[in-house]
Amino acid sequence: MDFKFTEDEEVFRREIRQWLEQEIPQRWIELAPDIWEETEESWALAREFQRKLGQKGWLAPAYPKEYGGLELSHMKRLILAEELAYSRAPLSIEVEVTVNWVAPSIMLFGTEKQKRDHVTSVAKGDIIFCLGYSEPNAGSDLASLQTRAAEAGDGYVINGQKTWCSYGHLADYCWLAARTDPDASKHEGISLFIVDMKTPGITVRPLINILNRHSFNEVFFDDVHIPKENLVGQKNKGWYQLVIALDFERSSIGYAAANQRVIEELIKYAKETTRNGEPLANDPLIRNELAQLTVENEVARMMAYRIAWMFSKGLHPSYESSMSMVFISEVMRRTADVGMRILGHYGELDRDSKWAVMNARIMRMCLSSLSIGVGGGSNEIQRNIIAMRGLGLPRR
Amino acid sequence: MDLGLSEEQEMLRESARGFLQKECPKRLVRQLDESDEGYSSELWHKMAELGWMGLVFPEKYGGSGRSFLDLSVLLEEMGYNLVPGPFFSAVVLGGLTVLTAGGDEQKMEFLPRIARGETILSLALTEPTASYDAASIKTKAVARNGEYVIKGTKLFVLNANAADYILCVARTRNTGNPEDGITIFLVDAGSPGVKCTLLKTLARDKQCEVVFDNVTVSEKSIVGERDEGWPIVKDILQKATVAKCAEMVGGAQAALDMAVNYAKERVQFGRPIGSFQAIQHYCANMATDVSGSRFITYKAAWKVSEGLPADLDVAIAKAWASEAYGRVTLSAHQIFGAIGFTMDHDIHLYYRQAKSGAVIFGDADFHRVIVARELGL
Repeated sequence: MDFKFTEDEEVFRREIRQWLEQEIPQRWIELAPDIWEETEESWALAREFQRKLGQKGWLAPAYPKEYGGLELSHMKRLILAEELAYSRAPLSIEVEVTVNWVAPSIMLFGTEKQKRDHVTSVAKGDIIFCLGYSEPNAGSDLASLQTRAAEAGDGYVINGQKTWCSYGHLADYCWLAARTDPDASKHEGISLFIVDMKTPGITVRPLINILNRHSFNEVFFDDVHIPKENLVGQKNKGWYQLVIALDFERSSIGYAAANQRVIEELIKYAKETTRNGEPLANDPLIRNELAQLTVENEVARMMAYRIAWMFSKGLHPSYESSMSMVFISEVMRRTADVGMRILGHYGELDRDSKWAVMNARIMRMCLSSLSIGVGGGSNEIQRNIIAMRGLGLPRR
Repeated sequence: MDLGLSEEQEMLRESARGFLQKECPKRLVRQLDESDEGYSSELWHKMAELGWMGLVFPEKYGGSGRSFLDLSVLLEEMGYNLVPGPFFSAVVLGGLTVLTAGGDEQKMEFLPRIARGETILSLALTEPTASYDAASIKTKAVARNGEYVIKGTKLFVLNANAADYILCVARTRNTGNPEDGITIFLVDAGSPGVKCTLLKTLARDKQCEVVFDNVTVSEKSIVGERDEGWPIVKDILQKATVAKCAEMVGGAQAALDMAVNYAKERVQFGRPIGSFQAIQHYCANMATDVSGSRFITYKAAWKVSEGLPADLDVAIAKAWASEAYGRVTLSAHQIFGAIGFTMDHDIHLYYRQAKSGAVIFGDADFHRVIVARELGL
């Protein structure tokens, strides 16, 4: 066992930090969008930043060099992800989905042409996908999705409705799961497609999220024609491809690193703030809460390290990722909760108030952290995975 | 970074697991829990033959020179199998104290005998205040004619009943700084004036009251320097805390395994209860607690093993593992239902250990205080 990074890895960490100090735009720092808080302005800043990251090879560092990656080691990728999240670099969730799920799926299941057309562009930060998975009646039970892709002539015609498509209004492509065989059992008749969001027949309608921002969408497909070559992998085997993709890098290290930053800010606030003539940091209850958050976040960090370490050993984490996601989601919610208790009334204030503290991060985190533990597989689904895949408990 | 065990550690784990499954069945655990001695000399000597007692001692003291991390691996397996007896006292609390702070003569005298399983040490630290700070050390050792006379009461002394020698932490001077003036004496447990009374405890581990009633010891029995014993105590507490966490990780893993196996077999409403999500989610939470405890413990153990500053990591590990083991055994009880509420069933053995492990060397609150301090709060 060895819990330290190599000197080479530490040098890499310093290099990233220096680069981020120079490259994170000042305007982004002023806007300080939390998760699910992007605006059109922040999105534009983020896309510009992501292209820069792409030029460094740091947007998709895992990819083969021929597709714009660096074939970077798992540990260095862990460090990169940690530093990006800790520094609150301009990366949106959809970029991570695109880089970590969509393009790797294309590399695994796609044709040469699909790889040439899309993977390098993803690594460069030129294109972003939104996920076309969930439907009004297919959430946790994703395999019951009903959006239809019917073969017609030299292509497919898509009809149906997707929902919760994050940044669907801004994405270039949709990574779509649709039913190609309505008569097969629910896991058997699904296929995956690349759909250009500019294709006629696609209507995108906003769903305003709990932070009062437009991040989610309903996407309606009304006789949308796409070429046959946009099918990725095997027809009717999409479910299995999709499940494999869910096991791709789902390290929660970004969340742990981002949360670490919030905890550090709370500690700083407690040291600098006086209540009833005493620094908050002298209050044993507050000390206890902040210590416990630190303990929990450290556990979360080690769980995330384990995922990277397993990949580095050629092992394939599955339930371990679920564990790490469930855990960090609950730590983040608790961080927001403890933050509210430490900040008291000040925790309620939004950023436009001159009285706001910690850039109103805690009040926003109270809302945004509700999504971690729901999206991408709810904590209940993750616990089912831990129980069944990890512990071998029976389904029936 | 490498979060896996080395080949040597895997071998140690496998052999310990195999040995303990055979030699330390629950029947024996119960029998020893109920006895006054609390250990089996047969099992004790077999463990010594395997080299466990001397695992971390250098070869010149009859040991095999393995690392503290290796010892943690072994302790995890011992925790898994609830090995009763004074191993923790003899090796971690006693042996490591002599090894890190003892003089050459003391090391030559005691370590080979501990390694061979011939001598058992116990650490008499806590007193009726039941806390782990220097100010609580009220037991006095007064110099008289080149000797010392020890007077005081030590409480919650693990395995003193089985000990041949007791390391007594006593106060040799009062300077206003409680950490100054602490001296550690290696006292023959058979000395006149040493009176050991077994305490009945929840975990049925062998904790004792040890009264030192004007016990005379020679100057040569001092371990380390006179008046400068507190840093030694702190060092040994740090190692003991991590070592206890390793034991607790093993215990938690065992409780999880037992509960999962039961959930797969127990049928109600025509299906295994492990197919119900309520039970599955208990198990998922337990597995998460076990994993979290393991990595956080090994991180601390690695730091201690490497001689790196470890105050924060050790406190994090104990703050977490204390509560996690408690949650795991509590959920296990819930899964076992009524059968777990019987003396016949084994799960309560783990529940008891979890309760006792949470308290010893400082509970979660105690360690969160340290974490807060380490964070600069």
